[in-house]
Amino acid sequence: MPGTERVKVTKERWIKGLFSVFAFSSLFFLLLIFAFILFEGIPLFQKMGIGHIITGTKWAPTKGHFGIMPMIISSFLITIGALIVGGPLGLSCAIFLSEYAGKRTRLVLKPSLELLAGIPSVVYGFLGVVYIVPAIREILGGPGFSLLAGSIILGVMILPTIVSISFDAVRSVPDAYREGSYAMGATKWQTIYRIVIPSAKSGILAGFILGMGRAIGETMAVIMVAGNALKIPSSILDPVRTLTSNIALELAYATGDHRLGLFSTGVVLLIIIMILNYIANFGIRRRLIR
Amino acid sequence: MILEPRKIDKIVKSGFYIQAIFAVGLLFAIVAIVVIRGVPHISVRFIFFEPIDMGREGGIFPTIVSTAILAIFSLLLATPLGVGTAIFLTEYTKRPPIIRVIRFGVESLAGIPSIIYGLFGFIFFVVKLKMGWSALAGILTMTIMILPTIIRTTEEAILAVPKNLRLVSYSLGATKWETIKKVVLPTASPGILTGIMLSLGRTVGETAAVIFTMGSSLRMPHSLSESGRTMAVHFYILAREGISLEKAYATALVLILSTLLINVSAYYIMHGIVKRRMR
Repeated sequence: MPGTERVKVTKERWIKGLFSVFAFSSLFFLLLIFAFILFEGIPLFQKMGIGHIITGTKWAPTKGHFGIMPMIISSFLITIGALIVGGPLGLSCAIFLSEYAGKRTRLVLKPSLELLAGIPSVVYGFLGVVYIVPAIREILGGPGFSLLAGSIILGVMILPTIVSISFDAVRSVPDAYREGSYAMGATKWQTIYRIVIPSAKSGILAGFILGMGRAIGETMAVIMVAGNALKIPSSILDPVRTLTSNIALELAYATGDHRLGLFSTGVVLLIIIMILNYIANFGIRRRLIR
Repeated sequence: MILEPRKIDKIVKSGFYIQAIFAVGLLFAIVAIVVIRGVPHISVRFIFFEPIDMGREGGIFPTIVSTAILAIFSLLLATPLGVGTAIFLTEYTKRPPIIRVIRFGVESLAGIPSIIYGLFGFIFFVVKLKMGWSALAGILTMTIMILPTIIRTTEEAILAVPKNLRLVSYSLGATKWETIKKVVLPTASPGILTGIMLSLGRTVGETAAVIFTMGSSLRMPHSLSESGRTMAVHFYILAREGISLEKAYATALVLILSTLLINVSAYYIMHGIVKRRMR
């Protein structure tokens, strides 16, 4: 039946065409997002000057001040805080799962830790407000809504990212390395510390950087616990406003230059995130090649 | 004091145990707190009645409906798009530059934080395309946001389909599409379902991208052009504006149970595949 054969060939071609259009849609959406964020965000940089926005310390958009430096600093500080809280703990969990836990323990613990990622960020924020913030206020003083509260909440939130990527990295270290180390009389901890961690370094680093990306991009939980004050913090007990909080707090009612200022904030955030993701992907790829 | 290496080894080991137990304990503590403080305020009325006085009294029914609308329509759009992309990447193209450029797009989309999606959805769908705060604007924004998850899980599932199955199909005279439709996709379906479930969990729990596109109207949505308030957004507003602590806990309970249920089933579907593959 040559007729049906031709129909089949045409159909195959159509289907391939359709899927290729689908495949390029992701790229198209990415360009669309960049185009609109940049299109709305760049004009204010041109009007006020990059210096005014990036290094300015005063944010009063209705009075013509668009400085976001305190927020850039706060975003970085809160992210570093999150890494201090979640990084070592996450790496320890990954090492425990890979090197110490038996098969059955791993089968229970690993999915449990991954489930932490499924809890909505607003729930973390809420529990932070109810438990962490008052605890900080009573024990350490200050308003409680603070850089510290934000770092603790974010540290827990990035735990699953750090555990799962560090676990993959540690796991992919060949057993021959460990056996070589044991053969030389090293203990388990010496092997982990001298052989396993150094070999898995780039993957672990990638996990930390992806965790950073998640922390710096998180919004709702941070708004709820960090206090949102517009100044450069002088202690970890000071309230802070991050780049993401700035956008989410004011977008609903901002108009004119004020709204453009929020998009400029978005541009800065987007650039930071892209750099972090690029570095992280580089680390992961290097590990896969090896 | 110099400790013997064996002693250090024991101390370190217990240190790792304690940390792992602490981390898992956190998860259980979070769930336990929400369950214990939420259960007393939850009832059939709470689930199926409309809120009264901004949520101080009454239930959360419209927010459940809004969440369902957002999730169902986003998945209806994102699933064919994502599965199609994964099929193209794994079955149709062999040219590395094309794969690399598409994968770059997918990876970048996956890394963009949800507030940027909110910002984009707001300026593009709500303002420029004049959709206003509406379910449609929320659906389109979430579709783009969950696309990378569906693409990646589907891709992995398709790559795990044994090559022999395809060869047998071709040798029976099947075309490429027939092979994909009747052999590859059914074999990969648990993996695809996992991606769908993970995306569903993400949509249900999302706030930042939804609040600026779908808005936060508490009324029951009647069409896609109306604004609606999802459960997560409602919970955020209840908690942040201090409207009602009891209702906030009750909403948190519904929210956390549904996302956990979704994620656990995603895990078990995935686990089923791993088991089958090893057999």
